[in-house]
Order: sequence, then C-alpha cells, then structure tokens
Amino acid sequence: MSEIRGLRGWLTTTDHKRIGLLYFWTAFAFFLVGGLEALVIRLQLARPEGHVVGAETYNQLFTMHGTTMIFLALMPLGSSFFNYIVPLQIGARDVAFPRLNAFSYWVFLFGGLLLNASWFVGPLFHAGMLNVAPDAGWFGYANLTERQFSPGPNIDFWLLGLQVLGISSLAAGFNFIVTILNLRAPGMKMMRVPTFSWMTLVTNFLIITAFPVITVGLLFLMFDRFFGTHFYVREAGATPILWQHLFWLFGHPEVYILILPAMGIVSEVLPTFARKPLFGYTVVVYSGILIGFMGWGVWSHHMFSVGLGPIADSVFSATSMLIAVPTGVKIFNWIATLWGGDIRGTTALHFAVGFVAMFIIGGLSGVTHASPPADLQQTDSYYVVAHIHYVFFGGTIFGLFAGIYYWWPKMTGRLLDETLGKMHFWLQFVGMNLAFFPMHFIGLLGMPRRVYTYSPDLGVSDLNLVSTIGAFLIALSILIFVVNLWRSRTRGRPAPNDPWGGATLEWSIPSPPPPYNFSVIPTVENRLPRWRTERHGPMKDPPAVPPAPIHMPGGSWWPMVAALGLPLAALALLTHTLWVAFVGAAVLLFGIYRWAFEPFEV
Amino acid sequence: MPRLRFWLLTAALTISGCGGPYPQSTLHPRSDFGRAVDHLFTDIFWWAAGVFVVVEALLVIALIRFRHREGRPEPRATHGHTVLEIAWTLAPAVILVFVAVPTVRTIFATAGEAPADALRVEVTGHQWWWEYTYPDLGITTANEMHAPLGRVIQVSITSADVIHSFWAPALGGKRDAIPGHVNRIAFRADSVGAYSGQCAEFCGASHANMRLRVLVDADTSFQAWVKTEQGGPAAAPAGSAAERGKAVFSRSACIGCHTIQGVSPGVIGPSLTHVGSRTTIAAGLFPNDSAHLAAWIADAPSLKPGALMTRMKPPLTDADIAALVAYLQSLQ
Repeated sequence: MSEIRGLRGWLTTTDHKRIGLLYFWTAFAFFLVGGLEALVIRLQLARPEGHVVGAETYNQLFTMHGTTMIFLALMPLGSSFFNYIVPLQIGARDVAFPRLNAFSYWVFLFGGLLLNASWFVGPLFHAGMLNVAPDAGWFGYANLTERQFSPGPNIDFWLLGLQVLGISSLAAGFNFIVTILNLRAPGMKMMRVPTFSWMTLVTNFLIITAFPVITVGLLFLMFDRFFGTHFYVREAGATPILWQHLFWLFGHPEVYILILPAMGIVSEVLPTFARKPLFGYTVVVYSGILIGFMGWGVWSHHMFSVGLGPIADSVFSATSMLIAVPTGVKIFNWIATLWGGDIRGTTALHFAVGFVAMFIIGGLSGVTHASPPADLQQTDSYYVVAHIHYVFFGGTIFGLFAGIYYWWPKMTGRLLDETLGKMHFWLQFVGMNLAFFPMHFIGLLGMPRRVYTYSPDLGVSDLNLVSTIGAFLIALSILIFVVNLWRSRTRGRPAPNDPWGGATLEWSIPSPPPPYNFSVIPTVENRLPRWRTERHGPMKDPPAVPPAPIHMPGGSWWPMVAALGLPLAALALLTHTLWVAFVGAAVLLFGIYRWAFEPFEV
Repeated sequence: MPRLRFWLLTAALTISGCGGPYPQSTLHPRSDFGRAVDHLFTDIFWWAAGVFVVVEALLVIALIRFRHREGRPEPRATHGHTVLEIAWTLAPAVILVFVAVPTVRTIFATAGEAPADALRVEVTGHQWWWEYTYPDLGITTANEMHAPLGRVIQVSITSADVIHSFWAPALGGKRDAIPGHVNRIAFRADSVGAYSGQCAEFCGASHANMRLRVLVDADTSFQAWVKTEQGGPAAAPAGSAAERGKAVFSRSACIGCHTIQGVSPGVIGPSLTHVGSRTTIAAGLFPNDSAHLAAWIADAPSLKPGALMTRMKPPLTDADIAALVAYLQSLQ
C-alpha cells in the first residue's frame, strides 16, 4: 500500500523512515540553535571583560547550549539513524512498535519546544524575554537549583523538559532493543548483525538503564522545588552531593550513549571505503559491550574535587583508566581496517577518519583527568571544555556527519555534492582544532569554565580570540553543509540502490526505500551479505516489485495526541495551576485509550 | 623533561601572541602540593604525547599508503588477527599501569593530611566571596588569604550557601566548598608572592566574579599582618572625613551585614574591620582605591550581577559616599 500524502501523512506517520527524517530535521534545527548559542558565547569570550551579553544571559546561554546539544541535537541525530537505518540493516519492515516510535518522536519534539520556549515566555512570568531560560548548567548541580537559590521558573523549565525528554528516550530505547532482538531477517544471528546496529543495541540498553536514574534525581528536585521536600537540602540533614551521584551515574553512561552510535557509524563507513571487512568485528562488538558495562563504574571521576576520600578516588581512577583499554582496542581495529585497503577518499570517509583522529585526542586528555590529583587542577577549567568537545564534537559530531554523508543518498534518493562535502570537512576540521585546541592551554593557565567574563591579567585573551575565530569557521562549514543539503533536493545526483558498494542489507533496496523496505525479506548467510567472500557469493538483491501484496500499518493520530498530554502536565507545574494538570492527564489517557483500541488494519 | 614541556608550551603561547606572566597558571606551581600535581601531570602528559604520536602516525601512514589508486588489486579480506588483538589490548594496559601507580601514590600524598603544628585556615564560600578564619589566631578576614612562607597550611573548606570550589592554581589543586561538608587541602608555599585564584564550581549569577588571592608572606611580614588583624580597627581622628564616614556607616544599613569590630556585628557580608589593608575589593575584582570603593558602595549589583549588597534606599549622597570611602580606607 502507499503512504498517506501531505502534511497529514507526516503527522500521522508510523513509518520508521519518515520518523527517522522527522528526527533528523528536528534534531538538526536544534543543532543550529545550540550552535548559535555557542557563537554568542564565543563572541562574549573573544576579549576579556566582554559586554556582548550580561551574566544572567550568559549563564542561560551555556546552560541551554549544553542541554540542547546533548539532549536535543546529538542524541536525536543518533536516533534518526537508529530509526532510518537499523530496520534496513537487519532486514525488517519497520520497528517492533511503530506507533510507540511515533510517540517517542512527538514527545521529543514537544519536550524540546518546552525547553526552548523558556527563551521567549519571560513576560508570562513577570520577567523579561531571555530571562527565564534554565541557568544552572546542563549538570544542574543541587543545591543551586533549589527554590531558595533559583526562585524563578528557569530550573522548572529544565527539570520538566528533561523529564519529558526522558520519556521519549525510554520509549525509543525499549522499541529498538525489541526490534534488534526480534525482527532480524532469517539467518542474521547476533554475530552477523552490522556493527552500527550492534552499537545501537548497546546504546539503547544504556538508555533504558541510565535514564531512570536521572529521572529519580529530577523527581527529587521537582519535589523539593514544588512540594517542600528536602532531598538535597543540607539544613534538613540531606546533602546536595546526592544529586551529583545520581546525575553522574546517569551522566557517564550518557557519554557512551552519545559516542557509541558514532563508533558504530565509523565501523560501517571505514570498511565500505577501504573495501575491506571491519578488522576484528568480534573484538569491536565485544569492546562496545564492555564499554557499555564499564561505563557504569566510572561516574565518580566527575567528582574528584568533591572530596570522596583517597580510597574512592583511587578506585574510580583505576576503573576510568581501564575503560581506555577497550576504547584503544577499537581505534587499533579501525586503523587495521584501513591498513591494506583500497581507500576511497569520499566525504563520508573523511569524516570517519576525522572521528578517529580527533577522538584519540579526546581520549588521551581523558586519561590525564582520570588521575585525580591532576584532575584537581583540570576539572571545571577550560581544559575539560577542550576534552568534552574533542569527544563530542571531534567524536560524536564527526561520526554523525560521516553517517549523514554515507546514508543521505539512501534516505533521500539524492547524493550530496562531494566537493562541497570536502570543503565542509576541511573547514570544520580546521575550525574545530582552532576552537578547541587552545582551550587546553586556557584551562591549564587557570581559566575556569562557565564564566561570562575573565580578567585580561590571566594572559589567555589571545588564545580565547583564536578559539572564537575557530568557532566561526565551524559555523561557516555548517553553512556549507546546509547549502549542500538544500542543493541535493533538486540538483543532487539521483542515488542508485548502492552508490558505495556497501556490504549490508540497506544497500540492496531502492533509495529511498519503498514503505515496506524489502519486497521479499532476505535470508542472511554471512556477516557481509552483499560482498563476495571465500565461501559465499554476494546475495541477490530483492526484486524491485513485491511478488505478493505487502500490508503495512496505516497512520495514527493517537501517538501525537498522547504525547501532547505530557507538556500540558508540565505546564500545570510551571504555572502552578491544578486544572491544567487534569487536562494534561486527560489528554494523555484519552490518547492512550484511543491508541490501544485503534484497529490495526486501516 | 618538565623543562622541555615548559618550552613547548611557551613556544605555543608565543606563536599565539601571548606573553607571560600567568598569575593563575597550573604549570607554574609554587607549593609542594602544586609541584606534586604538576610532576604527575608531566608524567602522564608524556605518556599521552607518545601514544598520540604513534597512533596518529599509524593512521596517517595507512591513509597515504593505502589510498585508492587505479589498478590496485581488490584488497585481501582479512577479518582479524588474534595476536595483534592481544598485543594492542595489553599495550595500553601496561602503559596505564605506569600512569596508575604514581597516581595512587600522589592521591595519598595530597589527601590534605597535615602535621599538628600546621597553620589552620577555615575557608567558607559565600555567593560570591570568600571568608577566611584563622581559628588559632582569632582572625577573620575575606577574599585575601595571608599565608606564611615555608609553613604547612591546612585549609578546611566549606560553604555557607551553594557549592563553590576553592582554587588557587599555583598552590595546588581545587577542592569543592560544599555546605554541610568539610574538605581539606594542605600545602607549603615555597615562594613569596600574590597568587590569584577563583571559584571553580558554577555557583550562580556572579560565579565569574568570585575571585580570590593568596598572599604568601615571609615570616616577619606575616607576623606583622597577624598583629594588625588581631588588633581592633584603626580609630578615626576627630573631625576627619573618616569620622564622618563612621557616622554614616553606623546609621546606615551597612551595619546589618558587615562586621567592624566595636562598631557593628553583621555576618552576612565580609568583615570590614581591616578592609583598608586589603589590596582588592569585591572578591578580587577591583583594586582597593577610592574610585572603585565609591562605585561599589553606590551600586554594587551593577559591578557584580546578583550581589546581595543592593543599592541603598534612600540613596546615599555623594558626600556620604566620599566619607564612607575615607572611613573604609582608614581601617588599616
């Protein structure tokens, strides 16, 4: 059957591919917002004692930059590939729960809008515009976030927005785990699952285990702020350090939630363009799983300056260093994949190699602050800002761009321009190193992070100027990327089924794939079904026309309606209005009720 | 080796147009604590630099040697190599042992233990200034800590409101100031000087303006400072501007928050008993001169966003402010 056309089609869609595109465009829009916030931050810091924005605005900017990039840009950009690519890689027609998938997307969208609405709704709270956005950092340390120290609605927006987003991530997490475990094509044993889908599985296990932890932390905070409990209040005998444990117990697995999908992408892109299978597939997969487990045992390395005592510091130092081993193993396997290959220098390969090169730097600076005494000088300084950006920008974002250049033809049926792509890569590569490398020195010379102003006496003024110039080069590179995306809609070369000679199933079907993906579900006989190996010839692609009619689920309004109930409930707390809470609950329940009793056949 | 790293850094900074000196640098330690940390960081830095060069070189060599060329035969489909996998699992593990052993040794060496005769200083973080108490000397002061050269200082750090972090990089690593929790560091400064630092944990609107100074004095000048601090405030000569300022202070809201021994008991803001002897005001933000004092008294929040010291209602006259400035400057 064909899909519903027009706006209604997009609003009611349950097709994983359309939802993947919705995730992509929404997350990319938030990525641009977070990037603009970063540019204002860099303008403010370009010179000492800058006056571009004031302290309050700056504190909102860096809080929203971090929150936006992590929860609204990088995670959902990963989700857009989970959605679009994973079912294709494992030979499925859709995810396990298509309507739940739509629900995840709408909750994500509404949660993101709720968070960002805080920029504009100041007047509703008797404050100015740009006055009530969250302002206690993306890590929101208690007890600064208590009502006593942050009386405005700023933190309310943050804690409610994150709780709403958590529901989206949890729903999606379960969905992808069930999908990957249950909907694999016949013959696709676990050790034949493509690396990207494997890393998606590990990531989603981390999501369903880590998000409940921050949800608990946020609930405590919500009860403290709204209902007078004292979970983080020292005067009542509690300790604000509890928040730090809960936050980082979530926060460190979150780092791997952000980096593992990029590692998965790189593990697909490098073999394709080196014309060689991934070196040590088993080791790469197992080290990904190991990283997932070990990611749970290192959280206190974010808290070495808290004073947990020498024993705890030593233990968390050891576990943190240990996690460098499986990470290093992955890097060696990627280099070994390139070694002896026939490397085609496509834009996707540039970004994948950029990931490896930059992630090495982020990983090594990570080892320097896995050592608690050294970290006492580095933590909360710009050195850590350098580290986090080598990991998330040099790592995650380069990995995601590798994925975009690699899978864009599959997702849209159009190839991106390679010349523009390489301009994008080189500008972004130079820009990021100019922006973030000097931050190592800025931090070691004593500039703390999260400061809206600094003294010219520190001797870091020129380094900061260089960093700002780098940030604007990055902005320029992103502009080129936007032009490339826009151009490709009409002027991009039409993509064949397989523009790259890929080994995995997504390349066996048209670009973009039909709603049902596979006219015939393939039977998988080895790990690289589309490549010739010693024992197997390449698999035959499914026929262009399905031999029998394929029935796909129709659209549904109810996931979106149910999702709408959540921001409404949040609004009740924000405005301290009880009846709005009942409206929110009613909308949520009504949506779920109609969803549950909706006939499957439409 | 530290020498070489110093030159590398200096070279990098010269290229980027920065000259010295760097008053808040972590790379110019001036205490045993600072040197222990710097030494450890230097070791780790060299291991990291070595790994960086080897791994990035392998990557670049692979990219150049195996780039696509016409007529290159289809690559051999190698799937892995057990010996190699074991080798590159063990190599980082062995390197990490060389990092972990000195790390653990330094953790215990810098755990904040101090001998019984150490000078005790209690630091309390406030939004957005620092309070220092010397329990054995009966001194309470703010924002500028004085420490004698060559004697172990044990600093106990806590907070009166939100979480802050006490950081004077030249003297060692930072420790968080957490309400209801006391953290300790100990250091012995090895050169006389004024070392700047600032709060390192985000603590609200004026986090960036919560700076501090540690003044390491030779023993005689430290003893002189102690003597002054232990005495009461300087008396204002009759008929002077300072005496008029004292009258303004005594009848204004100032007394609610600030202590001046024998004049007012407030404890919300910094003690002003000897404010005239400090080199800076507003938590290390401005030099302690007439113009800055006057501007600060007139409108502190415009100089330090969120500052609790609001503008006086009704506002003080210019003459009152000038008198107050004279009075505060007289409090040596």
